[in-house]
Amino acid sequence: MSGMIYELKDLKVSFPDMSRKPFFGAAPRIEVLKGLTFDIPKGEVLGIVGGSGSGKSTLGRALIRLIEPDSGAIRFEGTDISHLGEDSLRPLRRRFQMIFQDPMSSLNPRRRVGGIIAGPMRLQGLDNIRGRVDEALDMVGLPRAFAARYPHELSGGQRQRVGIARAIALKPDFILADEIVSGLDVSSQAQVLNLLESLVKDLGLTLAFISHDLSVIRRLCSRILVLYKGEIVENAKTPELFANPQAEYTRTLLDAIPLPDPEQVWF
Amino acid sequence: MSYLSIQDLEVRLTNGTPLLRRVSLDVEPGEVRALVGESGAGKSMIGKAVLGILPRAARLTGGAILLDGENLESLSPKARRQRIGAKVALIPQDPLTALNPSRRVGPQVTDRLVDILGWKRSEAEMRALELLEEVHIQAPDRVMKAYPHELSGGMRQRILIASAFAAEPKLIIADEPTTALDVTVQKQILKLIRDMQQRHGTALLFVTHDLGVVSKIAQTLTVLYAGKVVEATDVGAFFAHPAHAYSRALLAATPKYTDPESSLTPVPGSVIAAVEGEVAAFDAELSGAGRR
Repeated sequence: MSGMIYELKDLKVSFPDMSRKPFFGAAPRIEVLKGLTFDIPKGEVLGIVGGSGSGKSTLGRALIRLIEPDSGAIRFEGTDISHLGEDSLRPLRRRFQMIFQDPMSSLNPRRRVGGIIAGPMRLQGLDNIRGRVDEALDMVGLPRAFAARYPHELSGGQRQRVGIARAIALKPDFILADEIVSGLDVSSQAQVLNLLESLVKDLGLTLAFISHDLSVIRRLCSRILVLYKGEIVENAKTPELFANPQAEYTRTLLDAIPLPDPEQVWF
Repeated sequence: MSYLSIQDLEVRLTNGTPLLRRVSLDVEPGEVRALVGESGAGKSMIGKAVLGILPRAARLTGGAILLDGENLESLSPKARRQRIGAKVALIPQDPLTALNPSRRVGPQVTDRLVDILGWKRSEAEMRALELLEEVHIQAPDRVMKAYPHELSGGMRQRILIASAFAAEPKLIIADEPTTALDVTVQKQILKLIRDMQQRHGTALLFVTHDLGVVSKIAQTLTVLYAGKVVEATDVGAFFAHPAHAYSRALLAATPKYTDPESSLTPVPGSVIAAVEGEVAAFDAELSGAGRR
């Protein structure tokens, strides 16, 4: 028992750069993650921040093996999953789940909420699916009757709760949340974040929360990883990062957050 | 005198559902007024009504929009289009969908000058180059020949800002122009909009849901709920003492990283119920007045 749910060593991911692909032959590759090394302790809420193109979503997708890294190791509970095939990954998928940014495009518009939440459970061959769907809806604070509704009948905040219900229904150990509140109004944003916070506590989850919004991250996360152009520029406990940001880029990021306060003058 | 004056504006869906409930607001030359509200509050609808681009299912059913003292509704459709084209411009939210992906950037900046103001194409191109420099684009002649997908989000938004200012409009409507950008780019773009607006003395109606952004760019703001104005005041007064309970709740729901404890309070159900009640009472009063 290492106490770490994830251990990453020198993780590298690259994508082919199709804009520079010659007519014949392979496209040159762009390095998106340039050798990341860090651990995620069990029960931690890790915030991952960075600008667009910093590689934060790519990192998230590598963690739950939606993409395969070029090199380096991703150890999940001691097992290196970096190059496992889909058959070996399937039993593990139950243990790491994802909540997506846009609840409209990540919920099948032609299926009812109940079917959407049940989907991953069917894939995993679980029994008593009906009961588990009800339980998941209870946990995210939606009425059980919502199982019969379609996504378009729900508000943005309610849809995002369905996304959360689908992820927690499998009782995973780890959840990846990629910009899950950036499409919501401040009020629904607050509700969804409060829900996530209490679920993490109640279920003893480990959470990686990707966001560009440091205000949101401050409230939710115990540790923050700052990415810039595919590299970790800062990895610090939340209070330390805000009290004494070390990296130049972290300071730039903090200065760029518009506080709801006219005292903070920019121009 | 106000450059834009909206008086008791009513917009309804064709089935009668009200979208804007007697909205009034003014924007002076050189003033930045923020229009704030949650999604569905009708803040973008106001901009669309001014620009005359209401969706097909929505209809202007009452009130007046005065542009430079002239009632737009009293003009013929053609005259109205011309007036709006010459005096008003839009900075849209999503710089990717607002640019035509299959055309080069240059003509998309010059179109308005050529089509609406009747400039010569060569003159318009000179002007576009100047403007791209003004919005701090390096190598503007190369960017003019680029396609939108070859540029970053920040670059695309700069191009739309340049194109909005191209015809020296007296009023610009910015509809969530930085929502799709990340914070460091957002800061640059807000500064750019602010600089351009001050240099050109433009009246700016700035639609946003982010009170942080409001406090940086605007002098006055109008808060909307369900298409009704709940508060209209200046920015200093709003952040010091928001008058309406809904405004206070909205402010409390806005996260503030310098103050981790106070953030993340959703707008309470009691506040929603109260403001819904106000809206219903307002509707009842109006329909009562209508029957009399």
